[in-house]
Amino acid sequence: MSGKKGLDLTLKVWRQKGEKEKGRMETYQVNEISPDSSFLEMMDILNEQLINEGDEPVAFDHDCREGICGSCSLFINGEAHGPGRAITTCQLHMREFNDGDTIYIEPWRAKAFPVIKDLIVDRGAFDRIMSAGGFVNVNTSGNTQDANALPIPKEDADKAFDAATCIGCGACVATCKNASAMLFVSAKVSQFALLPQGKVEASERVQNMVKQMDDEGFGNCTNTGACEVECPKGISLENIARMNREYIRSSLS
Amino acid sequence: MIPLETKAKPARKVILDSKIPEGSIDQKWTTYKNNIKLVNPANKRGIDVIVVGTGLAGGSACATLAELGYNVKAFCYQDSPRRAHSIAAQGGINAAKNYQGDGDSTFRLFYDTVKGGDYRSREANVHRLAEVSANIIDQCVAQGVPFARDYGGLLDNRSFGGVQVSRTFYAKGQTGQQLLLGCYSAMSRQIGKGKIAMYNRHEMMDLVIVDGKARGIIARNLVTGEIERHSAHAVVVASGGYGNVFFLSTNAMGSNTSAAWKIHKKGAFFANPCFTQIHPTCIPQHGDQQSKLTLMSESLRNDGRIWVPAKKEDAEAIRAGRLDPRNIREEDRDYYLERRYPSFGNLTPRDVASRAAKERCDAGFGVGTNDTGEAVYLDFASAITRYGQEQANIQGKHDASAEEIQQMGKKVVEAKYGNLFQMYEKITADNPYETPMKIYPAVHYTMGGVWVDYNLMTTIPGCYAIGEANFSDHGANRLGASALMQGLADGYFVLPYTIGDYLADDIRTGAIPTDLPAFDEAEQKVIEEIERFLSNNGSHSVDYFHKRLGKIMWNQVGMSRNRAGLEDAIASIAELREEFWQDVRVPGSNDMNPELEKAGRVADFLELGELFARDALEREESCGGHFREEHQTEDGEAVRDDKKYAFVSAWEYKGEPSKAEMHKEDLIYENIEMKVRSYK
Repeated sequence: MSGKKGLDLTLKVWRQKGEKEKGRMETYQVNEISPDSSFLEMMDILNEQLINEGDEPVAFDHDCREGICGSCSLFINGEAHGPGRAITTCQLHMREFNDGDTIYIEPWRAKAFPVIKDLIVDRGAFDRIMSAGGFVNVNTSGNTQDANALPIPKEDADKAFDAATCIGCGACVATCKNASAMLFVSAKVSQFALLPQGKVEASERVQNMVKQMDDEGFGNCTNTGACEVECPKGISLENIARMNREYIRSSLS
Repeated sequence: MIPLETKAKPARKVILDSKIPEGSIDQKWTTYKNNIKLVNPANKRGIDVIVVGTGLAGGSACATLAELGYNVKAFCYQDSPRRAHSIAAQGGINAAKNYQGDGDSTFRLFYDTVKGGDYRSREANVHRLAEVSANIIDQCVAQGVPFARDYGGLLDNRSFGGVQVSRTFYAKGQTGQQLLLGCYSAMSRQIGKGKIAMYNRHEMMDLVIVDGKARGIIARNLVTGEIERHSAHAVVVASGGYGNVFFLSTNAMGSNTSAAWKIHKKGAFFANPCFTQIHPTCIPQHGDQQSKLTLMSESLRNDGRIWVPAKKEDAEAIRAGRLDPRNIREEDRDYYLERRYPSFGNLTPRDVASRAAKERCDAGFGVGTNDTGEAVYLDFASAITRYGQEQANIQGKHDASAEEIQQMGKKVVEAKYGNLFQMYEKITADNPYETPMKIYPAVHYTMGGVWVDYNLMTTIPGCYAIGEANFSDHGANRLGASALMQGLADGYFVLPYTIGDYLADDIRTGAIPTDLPAFDEAEQKVIEEIERFLSNNGSHSVDYFHKRLGKIMWNQVGMSRNRAGLEDAIASIAELREEFWQDVRVPGSNDMNPELEKAGRVADFLELGELFARDALEREESCGGHFREEHQTEDGEAVRDDKKYAFVSAWEYKGEPSKAEMHKEDLIYENIEMKVRSYK
């Protein structure tokens, strides 16, 4: 990459002072961005520029910058986490863009995720769904049986792990035309439904979590599969099918 | 110049009481638990506990304390407790289960941890950690944490960090995530029940002390800017480490020392600040506009060989982009870890491997094509060939072509490290299956932290510090896969017991009112500082100062340190701090304002950095992550001085870092003999 001149870019960024305020797109110019920079480093450079010009920097959520905490949440050029598959916004690098590009940057948009400021939204609904049933009812006293007293088939354990890798970023909701949270909820329901530890209270769990999901104002699933495409962790649609089965079974019994 | 000989001053004599219980090492914890005071369930309902930070230590403490019946108020700066930086831990968690039957035991885990820490940790605490480690795995499995399993359905282990047994439990390269989500689930259960009041997007701004006891905090709501008073009968700080004092590190962007530093300023001693872990395998810095460094798991060193060119002209040609490393002949490569440490080779501990990389780069053999030129190769070519050959044998393809062998070998490497290789490629745009990875050390973890006694209580009654925020278990160097173990041990199994012994005296206290003068005073100071930032109207951003602090720290207080450099760093940091307060610009107002948050955190780093350098200056020896150039053998190995420095330096705040006073807790080894740590 050395020797290549940096990128000059036009940014169209969503600015909104608060939840109740009206937002708008603002245009900014950033120059000579290294193609080796991450997208969020480019945002840092923009903010440094804004501060030096006496403006208020753009607020956006970010923390680990390694694709695992699930904080970052930008809608870039109409895609959750921008171009590229199986990555979060913080893992997106500027070499994916060309000199002279215009980049549109927006927050997640969903009724259940109100904008707090600029590009930051409130994802508290996810926490409330978790509190409704996203756990095994076991005390953390340490008075449990030996870990190897309960063998679990590797295939089940691996599938449970795959579901458990969800980072709760909300890209699935943001990209869904119905703003449905089915992929998020089904990942947690599946993780526990696949494991013997979670089976005991599987019925109650799926009922409670789905109820909370509906109460939060998320939309329904119409099987477009967009969530799976944009999910940075590749959470499979199979989980939604599994949750539907769990839900129907628990509704009938 | 700042006076250095503070310990010589005739000062009020403070004796640090570590409160280590009597008895043999393997009975201390059991006996102690049998004899501490308990709080009955009805009384627990009248007691409030504040926990600051919701990583593995804080999250697990919240869950257990709430289950026991206490009213927990939990605070995190993130938008959800699930995002604390424990989530980014990759490799695994140690536990003395001996499932592999390879001779592991509580004593061995204890021994390895003390030795790995270069004999600068407290025996009793480390032994307790080893004792409860096995239970952590049981607990996590019961919660539904999906650890890796073998085909028989039992838990799998891997080896880690240069020890001689396989005791590391893991969930692919996402062990920290799975453990934290387990913790978060346990917390969610209590949040649903109303036993934990969760304050997301809140930052602790100060500790409130009433009649000598920690009785609450002042917090800032990061969404509205509102300053809030929260009272409790005890305050637990679980806010992680201070690696971001270096600006660039593998820590999360928001990781900060503020909660730990605020309690330090209110009377909690700060221990061994100079003990910092620089991890050898991180992706090198690409340029000056970088905000964050990324770790590549230590597990890669099981199969990767680390090298630089043996000839300077080759290194120069690589840096200039004129030479492809694959074209350097075997005899022109310097596998310097294998050369210097034949018995441990590429699996020397982190501190040793990091220094060796720096030594080669400083000598002009670095291969970075970035601005610094600093990088070494982590090469999988021979592993690919070796695995490929093995596969050819297994499959009976005795006439396999070189290309077929390469293909088969790459598949094996992909199965083992695929997600890490993919991450590397995303960041660097280089394909590590084809060309060697470039790596360089980066700041990763801090062993130092708030001084605590055996109960994990700081020198402020009722104020506790757990997890990375305290100092107690890792000495001068932490072994891989031990941070997760300590966080969960402290939170699930240690603090919930020890805190009861203290709270037993509070059963008749009743709720602590928040209109006490101590709250007024603490709140007023917080408001003043915020107003000062917002009206300062200086000419540079917070990051501008943070980056300069990071440069001083990295160049003079980093992987290798000397007297002149440290003295200069102490003076430079003090000057920079002054400049910061005069010239920092914080835009916006007191509502949601990430720049204001950063300003407060960097103000604390600017104080901690100076104490850090002072601690490094005082410690005239090389041990673990602390390497003093004056104290090394002829071939560049660390020279520890057990006669003079087998102690914990515990610093007492006296108005500013230059006036801090050092107290010593002598480290007494009754069960482990102190030896030279050799990996040759």
